[in-house]
Amino acid sequence: MTEIDMDSTMAPPIAAPKKLEVGRARLSDRIWRGMTIFLLFFFAFVMFVPFFWLLTSSFKTQNQIFQYPPAWIPDPFVPENYVNALTYKPFHLYLRNSLFIAGMNVLAVTLSASFVGYGFARIRFPGRDLWFGVVMATLFLPYAILIVPSFIIFSRLGWVDSFLPLIVPQFFGGGAFNIFLMRQFFRTIPEDIADAARMDGCSEFGVYGRIFLPLAKPALITIAIFTFLHAWNDLLGPIIYLRSPEHFTVAAGLASFRSQTDISWDLQLAAATAMTLPVIVLFFFSQRYFIQGIVMTGLKG
Amino acid sequence: MTTQTSTRKTPFSWFFDWYNQLPMVRRRTIIGYVFIMPFILGFILWFLVPALVAANLTFQRWNLISPPTYVGTANIERLFTDPILPQSLKATFLFTILSVPIGLVFAFFLAMLINTPIRGIAVFRTIYFLPSIVPAVASAVLWAWLLNTEFGLVNYFIRELGGPKIPWLQDPGWAIPAFIILSTWGVGGSMIIFLAGLQGIPEVYYEAAKLDGAGRFRQLWNITLPLMSPIIFFNLVMGFINSFQVFVSALLITNGGPQNATLFLVLYIYRTAFQSQNMGYAATLSWVLFFILMILSLIIFRVAGSRVYYENAD
Repeated sequence: MTEIDMDSTMAPPIAAPKKLEVGRARLSDRIWRGMTIFLLFFFAFVMFVPFFWLLTSSFKTQNQIFQYPPAWIPDPFVPENYVNALTYKPFHLYLRNSLFIAGMNVLAVTLSASFVGYGFARIRFPGRDLWFGVVMATLFLPYAILIVPSFIIFSRLGWVDSFLPLIVPQFFGGGAFNIFLMRQFFRTIPEDIADAARMDGCSEFGVYGRIFLPLAKPALITIAIFTFLHAWNDLLGPIIYLRSPEHFTVAAGLASFRSQTDISWDLQLAAATAMTLPVIVLFFFSQRYFIQGIVMTGLKG
Repeated sequence: MTTQTSTRKTPFSWFFDWYNQLPMVRRRTIIGYVFIMPFILGFILWFLVPALVAANLTFQRWNLISPPTYVGTANIERLFTDPILPQSLKATFLFTILSVPIGLVFAFFLAMLINTPIRGIAVFRTIYFLPSIVPAVASAVLWAWLLNTEFGLVNYFIRELGGPKIPWLQDPGWAIPAFIILSTWGVGGSMIIFLAGLQGIPEVYYEAAKLDGAGRFRQLWNITLPLMSPIIFFNLVMGFINSFQVFVSALLITNGGPQNATLFLVLYIYRTAFQSQNMGYAATLSWVLFFILMILSLIIFRVAGSRVYYENAD
């Protein structure tokens, strides 16, 4: 509500009336712009410094990490931190497990969410809106609420210490968010295309599999990226269900790393950097889909 | 449709014969339910059944090893005498009430900054966004050190600016602010959603306002905020749900301490279930979390939902 009128406070006092208008606008715009650019750089610094520190410290000796005031450039430069961190625990196993779980999640979620999403978007049947309401309601019931009973169910099934609890449920709908996303995407495709295919004798499954699925590639890639990220970053699932160290994911490995008091900071930071790197590489290769996906989830309500 | 199948004798031909006789409307219903069946099954298997198991567990004492015993309402009564639960609720609420609005305002502010049309703006957008995709475990390792009282960067900058040495992770009063700093660092996702919303506002609105002599803050108040209200609402709801589930950073950085100041509800449930091996009480605590989230969602939808402005409301 506090209205700061930049035009009147910053206006030059003497000028011909017509020029004054132009001059005022330009000057206030310039000040505004200058302030914006200053703030842009300031917050870029604030947001980037933790990254920079993580990356450089992963090459420092333990002693230098404990240096005050903090050193920005590692001296000596210790790339061996990475070797030591990644060989201290069988990280190659963790990596393989993480990739397997994330890969299966991607497969499960893209298949399942697109299938269910198609049903909600393109077929009109009694009870559809009710069930879609249920989908949206599960969006507000987070996974954390169900950790205890789910654990008991999976342990009864004998699935504890296997990847099954982290993979199988994903085949059942692929999560409310992804169903919602696929439904929104399918609704933007013109009905004529589907009708033409149906005229040619294509079944509803054919319309889904042969026409809509290929058209949905951008949405599927977006969902695949987010599913991969989610599986890669997840800790709660792995620490509950995975028991033997050779089944750990990268996240679980790094967490167990951290809880061990004898592991020094240089190794922890190197392992944390190593875990972040794939995510950042993934981001740079698929920026477009990242942004698209986030925008889709937030805007098309 | 598949009318040809009726002539062939396949194991399922009786089904197709029956199916093809059905009127079109019925067939659509069946196909529709086939498509949404994975979700329905998943909902039953991974939501309804666990909910029933949790309801049953509420009346049991069970450490996973010896067989469960029926204890009546002992777990529910324990909720009211448990000295740790109030601390856990306090931590969860305090963190949510502070971190959600702060995160929302900061994300909106950053979105406005990166909506500036200058060259190289993509670089800033990337820098602001990247922290939000750093894995929670890695971010916990990083911030555990950045917030270190003696050697951490946060205190380094504060002391350079003439401030005191803040015991972020040792003092119960500073632990929640420490977690707010950490969570505010990762607001990139909601920032991008805000940015997309800002870019969706037609420029003519601002031009018209300028002609009427509206200053920048009046434009923000009378045009941007009302038009963005559905998006603000979305980010608000998502922020609440996420902050109620904060877990990884608390487990790895402070492990609930100091003096239970960061023993958030999910962490308390996790500990009760998997460290104290008390499944019955953990399930009861899950119900508490469930009811809190339900009541909060209802309040948010009632209070904030009615203030949301929809351009083409139907």
